[in-house]
Amino acid sequence: MTSLQFIWFILIGVLFSGFFFLDGFDFGVGMLVKSFAKTDAERDVVIRSIGPHWDGNEVWLITAGGAMFASFPMWYATLFSGFYLILFLILAALIFRGVSFEFRANMRTETWRSFWEWASTIGSFCAAFLFGMLFTAMIAGMPIDKNGDMSAHFFDYVNLFSLVGGVAVTVLCLVHGLNYIRLKTEGSLRDRALAWNKVVYPILFAGEVLFAVLLYFSTDFFDKKPLSTTAIVVALVIFTCLAYWGVLGNHEWLSFIGSGLSLISVVVLIFNGLFPRVMIANNPANSLLIKNSSSSPYTLHLMTILTFSILPIVLIYFVWSYWVFYKRLSSPKQNA
Amino acid sequence: MLNLGLDILGLARFQFGMTTVFHFFFVPFSIGLAFVVAVMETMYAIKGDEDYKKMAQFWGKMFLYSFAVGVVTGIIQEFQFGMNWSEYSRFMGDIFGAPLAIEALAAFFMESTFIGMWMFTWDRFNKWVHTLFIWLVMFGSSLSALWILAANSFMQNPLGYIINQQTGHVQMVSFGAVLSNPQLWSEFPHVIFGAFVTASFVIAGCAAWRLLKKDHVTFYRKSLNVALVIGLIFSLGSIASGDIQSRYLINNQPMKFAAMEGLYKDSTNKGEWAAVSGFDTKNHKTTWSVDVPYVLNLLSYHKTTGTVKGMNTINKEMHAKYDKKYGSDINYYVPTNTLFWSFRIMSGAGALFALLAIVGLFFNRKKSQAIMKQRWFLYIMGLCLWLPFIVNTAGWFITEFGRYPWVVYGLLTIADAVSPNVSVASLLTSNIIYFLMFAGMGVVMIVLCHRTLKAGPDNDENTDGYAASDTDLDPYSKGAFNHD
Repeated sequence: MTSLQFIWFILIGVLFSGFFFLDGFDFGVGMLVKSFAKTDAERDVVIRSIGPHWDGNEVWLITAGGAMFASFPMWYATLFSGFYLILFLILAALIFRGVSFEFRANMRTETWRSFWEWASTIGSFCAAFLFGMLFTAMIAGMPIDKNGDMSAHFFDYVNLFSLVGGVAVTVLCLVHGLNYIRLKTEGSLRDRALAWNKVVYPILFAGEVLFAVLLYFSTDFFDKKPLSTTAIVVALVIFTCLAYWGVLGNHEWLSFIGSGLSLISVVVLIFNGLFPRVMIANNPANSLLIKNSSSSPYTLHLMTILTFSILPIVLIYFVWSYWVFYKRLSSPKQNA
Repeated sequence: MLNLGLDILGLARFQFGMTTVFHFFFVPFSIGLAFVVAVMETMYAIKGDEDYKKMAQFWGKMFLYSFAVGVVTGIIQEFQFGMNWSEYSRFMGDIFGAPLAIEALAAFFMESTFIGMWMFTWDRFNKWVHTLFIWLVMFGSSLSALWILAANSFMQNPLGYIINQQTGHVQMVSFGAVLSNPQLWSEFPHVIFGAFVTASFVIAGCAAWRLLKKDHVTFYRKSLNVALVIGLIFSLGSIASGDIQSRYLINNQPMKFAAMEGLYKDSTNKGEWAAVSGFDTKNHKTTWSVDVPYVLNLLSYHKTTGTVKGMNTINKEMHAKYDKKYGSDINYYVPTNTLFWSFRIMSGAGALFALLAIVGLFFNRKKSQAIMKQRWFLYIMGLCLWLPFIVNTAGWFITEFGRYPWVVYGLLTIADAVSPNVSVASLLTSNIIYFLMFAGMGVVMIVLCHRTLKAGPDNDENTDGYAASDTDLDPYSKGAFNHD
């Protein structure tokens, strides 16, 4: 493995971390459109809170995908063709929720507004759940042949472990979304998000513990890297505890950073466990390795230069755009 | 299993075609609208005329609908290479991935961030800064076109690579050569100009329908003027860049060029150009045609003499060149009817656009009421708002069908590029569901644009997204972010 290959393995992890941190809360907010927000006016505020940002957040996913294609084409090809059905459903979910915000606002009848609200809610739930399921299934190991073609059956990726992984990620996104609402709104929505958090966090704890137990039985992470895997799992739980502390003591930033770091911990856990592989095959001989899945040194070198010169500029205006919309949105008054 | 005569290759190709065509309805529309809206807002910034601000906001609504659909259908494009074309991804990753990643990094972040800024800050920044946002969106989306076309150009005309002897995959040796590919620089201006033409004629068409109803006459006449000036400049630009591109093909992809002109046999020195003709594609013959002398040579070489190779000759040459590596079974003929008629639709429409723009600008002179009296013209203009979408599709048909049987010209055939591990059932399901989703989104798009148009520029209801039920949340209103 060359240092460039190592850098790119880390960079892909960084991009997915960015994606889960950012799209994590807007998936969460998307889920809240229907049941959490009770009136039309409340839904406007909830959607408005991510309005200027959701599209930019999703670009992290597109960048992660493109970067994977550029730096590890074998990984990209195996992963994307292997998990065909899950990715197809993810795309459908992302399409529905993506257009839902713009379309909903322009509908005139209650029925159609409601239709696009459901599209946002269900689309966001499904996207978070399916991403959780995909990554959980990926680390459990899949049937991959010598050419790198993965031909998994339904129960290879739909099983107890992957379902728990899917649910855990969904709940994590949900609390992250609630924490975001607490930061971005004022009044009744802010209070309600806090109240919901008190109920959802215990479920999340249960999910994380169950996930950790299944991780032990379903993957080789604890065998191969007992120390680091344990440390990251502990960190995950600690971040969640900190966030929960922020719920109990009503420290909003602490909760938001806590849930964000929990999501990042999940990505770190996956990438740490994968290393030095990128795809885990049931037959270890067929696993894809960092060293033989990457692009040429020339391409990696080029991409490194370009990324390190463009990304800082992007981060500056990306962060600035959050700064511009920093102000809280007030909840609509009841019966006003 | 039911045998429907469907195979992975056919379904994957259909899916690529369907998703790309649908995506490409919205891409040029969005790029073009960003440009036209940016021009309108700039005129507002310079002149201070509120009408131009209203225009930017009004046509900006359509831009936002189109952008939303363009974004979500774009993700399919990126994922699809890995999902349906894994062998292609492995073969081409070293070269194809880089522009895709840079596109996301340099272009998508820019457009998505600044579109958010533009949508929600009409009254928070001064008009120059706000205008800068839409220019950045426009710049970002054009940049994204540049990168994806860089990737496409390599597929059409591979440059700057070697074949890795161990893996058999292409490997980049010169990024400079990938970027300076002449194919790219003949394709890119044509696509961008086409995008500007698309938006101009949709706006002009919409304005024409409203003028027929004598609705907001000043507003729509002003819009029509901006649209037609842009439309005229860039339809001429499209014709010129298209000419450069097609002459470039004579040497680089002669089969594509011969099919566009419907030439089975080599042309004679007289340069007979078939205006229309019929083909017997099985026996590779032209059955009938209406010929005009010299035009072929004028189009091909800008002079009256010369000859162009026909498809039958080129087919022989291709077999001689590639049979050793790929066997003699491959069919090198491209779908002649599709290319021939697509080319005629595209170039005919290009000329029509320029003509319509000239006539329209003449009728729409400041002191004349001619435009209101020439109702026939407004009807034609109104109908022509659909034409750009057909023309864009025709253009891509030529480019993509014309590279058959290659996915990467001379290096990889389409049949070798497909994912071997994806089942027919998965592909069939995804095809059907994509189709239904696209149909749904297409209908919503049309309904929304129609509704926006009917509501008119003075109607602030549901401006870009936020409901009338809470007017404070209207992003165009002052209170949008100042609740305290």
